[in-house]
Amino acid sequence: MRQVIIVGSGPAGYTAAIYAARANLQPLLIASSVEFGGELMKTTEVENFPGFPEGIMGPDLMMKMQEQAERFGTEIVYDDVTKLELDGDVKRVTLGSGEVHEALTVIYATGSAYRKLGLEDETRLSGYGVSWCATCDGAFFKQKKVAVVGGGDSAVEEATFLTRFADKVYLVHRRDSLRASAAMQDRAKADPKIEFVWNSEVAHIYGDEKVTGIGLVSTVDGSETTLDVSGMFVAIGSDPRTHLVHGQLDLTPEGTIAVQGRSSQTSLPGVFAAGDVIDPTYKQAATAAGSGVVAALDAEHYLAAYAQAHTTSASVAEPATASA
Amino acid sequence: MSAKSVTDADFQTEVLEHDKPIMVDFWAEWCGPCRAVSPILDAIAAENSDKLSIVKLNVDDNPATAEKYGITSIPAMFVFEKGQVVKRVIGAKPKPALEADLAEFLA
Repeated sequence: MRQVIIVGSGPAGYTAAIYAARANLQPLLIASSVEFGGELMKTTEVENFPGFPEGIMGPDLMMKMQEQAERFGTEIVYDDVTKLELDGDVKRVTLGSGEVHEALTVIYATGSAYRKLGLEDETRLSGYGVSWCATCDGAFFKQKKVAVVGGGDSAVEEATFLTRFADKVYLVHRRDSLRASAAMQDRAKADPKIEFVWNSEVAHIYGDEKVTGIGLVSTVDGSETTLDVSGMFVAIGSDPRTHLVHGQLDLTPEGTIAVQGRSSQTSLPGVFAAGDVIDPTYKQAATAAGSGVVAALDAEHYLAAYAQAHTTSASVAEPATASA
Repeated sequence: MSAKSVTDADFQTEVLEHDKPIMVDFWAEWCGPCRAVSPILDAIAAENSDKLSIVKLNVDDNPATAEKYGITSIPAMFVFEKGQVVKRVIGAKPKPALEADLAEFLA
């Protein structure tokens, strides 16, 4: 049996692993089979993670975190968790391979998943012009027209990135102003390739084999318009990945895992949560890393108390046996 | 074992004229999910070498083929049989999910 199992391999998971490994807890980290490294694997230049003044590529940053975790004895498994049993002193983690691992503590750091628009043709045309990742797919839209849907940081970042390839980028937002940071807004507004389409929601995606256009509905007067684009990038936020713990851990009204105060303590003893899965607000690589530290330290304290409780009860029992 | 690379130049002979089902993994250096799925494809290829061949095509170095097959998202894994696309799988997936998608070629 393990001391600690960490589920997730983004900045929160790896930072928790670094701390837990340095505390000699020999953590097992379940990294996922295809999404290992988390959200940053899909980004390019990361310019706001401290310690990298020249910036660093997202995938390279994650490789470094992984190496740092492994250096102190973290064991990493590239598989997906299919079932978690978090009740009781011993937690059970079942993997896609069927393997079952047991531990006294679990640190849950599964991050979040992209939100969909919820349109019928969105799934059908996914990979055929509908995308959630400009850095992955942008290069296929050289000299084409594309639309980005959303108004936050990630939407504006995607739109700006896409101007490297596309001739024209429409930024479609259902309100009349952006939520994105001022610096990013200024950059996008100064870009001649970006055209803002305000107060509009996507109602249709057109195309048989691939995207040929999108239909918009005005949020002001309900009027309909069409944009001829060959790509649509969806950047309307993300939802915490909590499906494995539904019915086991308490959630907040925002859908994140509820934790006590500034700690990582969930509603079950021995279960800690970190990163975007507990954070409806900030969702940064650096805040996730900090949150991973908290979870590892909380797990360490829990394990120390657990060990003490069990040795005390054992030493109380021993003299009785000796005298008998 | 790592999958063999094909190019615009040899796509006709290596893929379209191949004598059994062959899967082409369209990928690029800068694509994180492609890096993730690559070892999974290598494992599937090694376990099923008698039934399905798997090769890779770098979309940056071979834009003509990527364009011809309408690739707009990678990794894209297309199975060819007798020169025709008979199956399209898009996006990195766990091994069991990919095996399920490819079941008809692995049986």
